[in-house]
Amino acid sequence: MSDSEAKGQRMIALCMLGCVLFNFPVLALFNVAGTFFGVPVLYAYIFVAWALLIALMAWVAEKRE
Amino acid sequence: MLQGWVIVVTSFAYLGLLFAIAYFADKRADAGRSVIANPYIYSLSLAVYATAWTFYGSVGRAAGDGVGFLPIYIGPTLMIALWWVVMRKVLRISKENRITSLADFVASRYGKSALLGGVVTVIAVIGIVPYISLQLKAVSNSFTIVLRYPEIIMPATVGEVPILQDTALWVALILALFTILFGTRHLYSAEHHEGMVAAIAFESLVKLLAFLAVGVFVTFGIYDGFGDVFARAAADPKLSPLLAPLEGVAGGYASWVWLTVLSMLAIMFLPRQFQVTVIENTSERHLNKAIWLFPLYMLAINVFVLPIAFGGRLHFPGGTVDADTFVLTIPMAEKQELLALLVFIGGLSAATGMVIVETIALSTMACNDLVMPVLLRMRGLRLNERPDLTGLLLGIRRGAILLILLLGYLYFRLAGEAYALVSIGLISFAAVAQFAPAVLGGIFWKGATRRGALCGLLAGFAVWFYTLLLPALARSGWLPIGLLEHGPFGVALLKPLQLFGLAGLDQITHAMLWSMIANVGAYVLASLLDTQGAQEHRQASLFVDVFTRAGEGAGARFWRGTASAADLHSLLARFLGAGAADETFRSYARAKGLAWPGEPLPADAEFVHHVETQLAGAIGAASARIMVASAVKEEALTLEEVRKILDEASQVVMYSHRLEQKSRELEAASAELRAANERLKELDRLKDDFLSTVTHELRTPLTSIRAFSEILNQDPRIELAQRRKFLAIITKETERLTRIINQVLDLAKIEAGRAEWSETPVDLRDLIGDTVSAMSQVFEEKNIRVEVRLPDRVPPVRADLDRIIQVLLNLLSNAVKFCDQVHGLIEVSLAEDDGSLRVDVRDNGPGISARDQQVIFDKFVQAGDALTNKPQGSGLGLYISRHIVEHHGGRLWVQSRPGEGACFSFTLPVMEAECATES
Repeated sequence: MSDSEAKGQRMIALCMLGCVLFNFPVLALFNVAGTFFGVPVLYAYIFVAWALLIALMAWVAEKRE
Repeated sequence: MLQGWVIVVTSFAYLGLLFAIAYFADKRADAGRSVIANPYIYSLSLAVYATAWTFYGSVGRAAGDGVGFLPIYIGPTLMIALWWVVMRKVLRISKENRITSLADFVASRYGKSALLGGVVTVIAVIGIVPYISLQLKAVSNSFTIVLRYPEIIMPATVGEVPILQDTALWVALILALFTILFGTRHLYSAEHHEGMVAAIAFESLVKLLAFLAVGVFVTFGIYDGFGDVFARAAADPKLSPLLAPLEGVAGGYASWVWLTVLSMLAIMFLPRQFQVTVIENTSERHLNKAIWLFPLYMLAINVFVLPIAFGGRLHFPGGTVDADTFVLTIPMAEKQELLALLVFIGGLSAATGMVIVETIALSTMACNDLVMPVLLRMRGLRLNERPDLTGLLLGIRRGAILLILLLGYLYFRLAGEAYALVSIGLISFAAVAQFAPAVLGGIFWKGATRRGALCGLLAGFAVWFYTLLLPALARSGWLPIGLLEHGPFGVALLKPLQLFGLAGLDQITHAMLWSMIANVGAYVLASLLDTQGAQEHRQASLFVDVFTRAGEGAGARFWRGTASAADLHSLLARFLGAGAADETFRSYARAKGLAWPGEPLPADAEFVHHVETQLAGAIGAASARIMVASAVKEEALTLEEVRKILDEASQVVMYSHRLEQKSRELEAASAELRAANERLKELDRLKDDFLSTVTHELRTPLTSIRAFSEILNQDPRIELAQRRKFLAIITKETERLTRIINQVLDLAKIEAGRAEWSETPVDLRDLIGDTVSAMSQVFEEKNIRVEVRLPDRVPPVRADLDRIIQVLLNLLSNAVKFCDQVHGLIEVSLAEDDGSLRVDVRDNGPGISARDQQVIFDKFVQAGDALTNKPQGSGLGLYISRHIVEHHGGRLWVQSRPGEGACFSFTLPVMEAECATES
């Protein structure tokens, strides 16, 4: 398997991960009252998960085999 | 300080700065040091996605339903994760086919269909016009608001203004002029708009900084951090429902999911995104950075949206201020003049960036895929006879830019006030999402046909028009509102907002659902029922297999016909200008190793294809096809022929693989054959040697026998003593003859493996003793002393007694032959070592040279100089002896140095213990 194929497959996996993170039912788990460092849980979750996803994408995209 | 003139001057100064950046970038590009060939600039230019809609509208939507605006940015993040697979392919295809726009891409994929290109263009223009009007609305609104400083008055309350005093019109005209100056300086649209991209990247920085500045000011200046804003919002009964918002919004999760899908498609298929991502891309490797930098940009520009939205709602509790304007009105209310000015410029940069790229992309489409194909087909215009069409092409593009902006303004006047910013933007998103099946299907599914794409696009667009645009027009009062409430002609099932009775979804979800079902359904169904034409089949193959097919020349295989280089040159000159045509010819000639114009170029398939591709870079694939077809005489290929070419290509690959394998096998086989041949030649030579030697050996005794027989026969007076002597010689020579013949027969048997061996346990002590005493007569005759050293007891060996005697006799008679003539000494010894018995026969003769040691075991080889000092014997003895010893599992070798005698030794393995007891 070539580098670019491996990278493509990792990227597809990340997209699927994102689809799970930002969809029902995972989203519903965080759609609750309460705050996280003063920020409503849902808002905090979305931004943290989003940042995490971007970090993973950066890692996969920039990784040299 | 926020007087009208300050704002106007600042705005123009900002536009001037953009222009300076673009000018600088163009100059650098001409000097060969491109600014945009840089992954960071590339990533920033992608942020043209964030328009005035993001800048003002996100806050507006967040103020209405909390996190509901986020899918518009999360969707692209998810899509970009797929870019390594999808976008890299689109990039490669576009580079190889010199694609100029999204419409060109679709047209080119489905057999360079001008009709399809036109349909895509029309859908794009109709779909994007509301989006452009949104930018105009944002700029004119923000201008109107900031102009009234320090009052905060909503533009909607200002009332109808005469058209010439409408800021939106002036904004539209100024932007049109600006875009024309920017985007249509060069004709070659497949080349990069270096200046424009540099300016867009700069604008992306400006809008991000402006937005972050407001965000920081609201969150940390007015309030005490994120926690404070959210705590106060939670305390407000009107705002607290927004903090757990997904239950509260119509559609809930369904709406969230569809918005995500919609924006996933928008990031690929908005004409401006296609422009910056694909057309302006300089290297596929830039994707590596863009894949995470661009999502990071979107994350950054959204961090402060919610605090600003809640801050605005808290700040202006009465609802008198439109939430779309919070970004601007909060700094104004706080008397932050400089910040308000920065925000205004940020909004301006977001809007201008979008308008510039979008109109350039749309005007390229309109020119290449809508106007030119029509003009070129109208024979009455005699376009074919005009020597230079570059002016016409530029004119069309400039006209298209102006027209598109004026259409945007028209939509703004007609429908603008009925919707918030976000809703207008989503209408456009839903329109461009209709391109998804045709494009994505086109690059992965070879079977998709032109009619399939056409049906899908038209069906999807029709549903979009009915469920999204029609209601927008109705709400603005241009169509009876009863259409929405009761359906057309009172048919409730056809209500645009609840098609076929599907209720309970928000408008966008509803429209996306139905339009995608119609689009994908028609696309797949029509493609499956349809058959591809020749041109379509080959284009499909070029697109889908772009990574597996061999680069540029691939398209040329599909062309057959006759052309003249002069015709092609004049064709290029008409559209690109004479200079560019010359350059194209020169560079092609250089690549072919010819010196054009000195040497003529062959107008073959490859060259015609090259010209068509160059032309496509300027006027699009469909138009280029028409023009090239008119300039050269072609023979149409049938579908069967195209299939054959494609099949041949894949078969050729397969064959060449097989051929490689075969030739490798062949090489191995021929190496083996060569080796075998060498061996055979050697054997042949040996056989010849053998024959001549044997003949020679036989002749020597025969000659002497014959000579003595003749003497005896012819001379009866010979004395008896003499007679006896002669007879003795004859007898001896006869014995020698017999020996030689016996040895040759032996040899033949051994070599053929037919020798009979009768193996019995043999005691080598007895064998050596018997043999030596049998030869004692010979030793005495030659006066040779023999010393035999035998151990007291040795284990028996299993061997053929007679053969081993033969070996020993051979060694002993050799020793007799070669040992010292005067003081001859032969030592025979037996020793046991390491599971075998070793017999040494040592003489004190002249010894054997190292060279001779190598060969004396071969057939008919004798040590010594054959001419002067030929020893007696056949030369077969050692050869046969070695065979015999090796047959018994032993070894026979010699150790010697010249002048020190020679020692021949052989070993025989000792019998296994049980065999010994048995016997």
